[in-house]
Amino acid sequence: MTPEARDLLVQILYLVASVLFIFSLKWMNSPQSARRGVMAGVWAMALGVGGTLANPAVAVSSLPWIALAVMVGGLIGFPLSKVPLTAVPQRTALSHAFGGLAAGLVGTAKYYLWLHEGGAMLTGFRVFAISAEVILGFLTFTGSLMAAGKLQEILPGRPITYRGQLVVNFLTLGGAIACAVALIINPQLSFLFPILVVLSLAFGVMLIIPIGGADMPTVIALLNSYAGLSAVAMGFVLDNRLLIIAGALDGSSGLILSIIMCKAMNRSFSNVLFGAFGSVQESGVEGEGKAVKSATPAEAAELMEQADTVVIVPGYGMAVAQAQHRVRELYDQLTKRGITVKFAIHPVAGRMPGHMNVLLAEADIPYDDLIEMEEINSDMSQVDVVLVLGANDVVNPAAKNNPKSPIHGMPIIEADRARTVLAVKRSMKPGFAGIDNELYTMDKTLMVFGDAKAVVGDMAKALAGDSGGH
Amino acid sequence: MNPLLAAAATQTSAANLYIPLIFVFILATFIGLDVIRNVSRLLHTPLMSLTNAISAVVIVGAILVAGPEVNDEHPLWITILGLVAICAASVNIVSGFLITNRMLKMFKTREPEKKP
Repeated sequence: MTPEARDLLVQILYLVASVLFIFSLKWMNSPQSARRGVMAGVWAMALGVGGTLANPAVAVSSLPWIALAVMVGGLIGFPLSKVPLTAVPQRTALSHAFGGLAAGLVGTAKYYLWLHEGGAMLTGFRVFAISAEVILGFLTFTGSLMAAGKLQEILPGRPITYRGQLVVNFLTLGGAIACAVALIINPQLSFLFPILVVLSLAFGVMLIIPIGGADMPTVIALLNSYAGLSAVAMGFVLDNRLLIIAGALDGSSGLILSIIMCKAMNRSFSNVLFGAFGSVQESGVEGEGKAVKSATPAEAAELMEQADTVVIVPGYGMAVAQAQHRVRELYDQLTKRGITVKFAIHPVAGRMPGHMNVLLAEADIPYDDLIEMEEINSDMSQVDVVLVLGANDVVNPAAKNNPKSPIHGMPIIEADRARTVLAVKRSMKPGFAGIDNELYTMDKTLMVFGDAKAVVGDMAKALAGDSGGH
Repeated sequence: MNPLLAAAATQTSAANLYIPLIFVFILATFIGLDVIRNVSRLLHTPLMSLTNAISAVVIVGAILVAGPEVNDEHPLWITILGLVAICAASVNIVSGFLITNRMLKMFKTREPEKKP
């Protein structure tokens, strides 16, 4: 085949791959077509890689090494696909780190390669694109490692702050951008390139350490977006449209997810990223020892048994306690009695977008019973019993009623409008935001203290024993 | 040629090279925003692992860096950077697609239970 024909073939393969990537994401619009979407993605990737290997620039002698690198990556990747679903947020963060690393390394290699060739290829635009790729790639690399560390609880989950942090962060990013600008003006100033790399790596760490665990859904989505944008930048560097299209799809996906997360917390991007600075929680100790009514799991089960509709509000506590399978037992016991059971899913419940849905799907709960916040709120006053399971801030009525509350304005699941509220909690300790939750002291609320998994298990057992007795 | 004209000529070629890429980027972003907005909220976690796998398309760039024969023009250490990048991207391709598929298999409707 002539080189021209091969070039044409490569471009056609890239074109088909681009279309398949778009379909891959399009088919994620419903659970029925979603698995077809994965297959489309696999084919797109295969065509993209196959097309690249057909590129005349790729020497036959390199193929075994490329194959070896792919195999090593596959061996690391395979166990990463088998992690328990509660660990999916940290797995996702970790793979953003790999994506960022790959992009950063390719950008670095391209800069030095073109410098080595004399620098004629290093036009202002290409250096701009290389700098964007390297900054985004390496900050995604270290930032995602930090996020994964926090989620895996290797690192402390609470925000780490110090005086002047904001200034230091901006100086670091500013330094990296200054290096990039100098390189665009004169690409031969190669001593600046390692500085650019180091500053980008450092900025990734510094960006994430002041962010707390509950803000991780937004951060992961944002890092997803950065990983996509670094692929776009790589596409500009290499004049490769497939990279630009696939990267743009990822970038927009991450962007939309982070916007959804921010809206669900009634916060802005800058507030999530820089909110921890200086804002010492002034949650006054206004708990003033209001009386809390509590119940045993068996009493709670009895209440649910008498209900027509039960709504379960899961939160991060359910994930931590790995309680989803017990929840399924409770669900079975209740539905067996003809009781309608629905799950109210808050967009930021858990540690990544959609976290609760996946956990409940794992426990074989049909997805038709997983209801979004807006939809369930309109029916909430008809609900007999709400069971709050390891959720806290997402059901705090202060978000609606108390303009002074730090979470005021955040959309919540209006559990307080149901006839009876059951709240499963380890203790009366406030949630992440450190805010008292007046839901717990309402007259219609009964607290069930204990570990979510044990408590829900006891509830299901009480119901099972009960039905046996009749 | 007049140096100014020469400069103008390289400018045009730069525009010819980069502007179409920017067009592609803008249009792909709009398609992406539209497509993602329609993704069911149920599937946001699998969506993230799928886009994870898709962003591993950077393997294309990594192969182009690691691919050329090693010689004076293309030092070995450049190839090694490319191979490490290939390895990192492959981690995401394999784990991203597999875990997405694994999660999606779990999403079931109620119908199959009602029938028997």
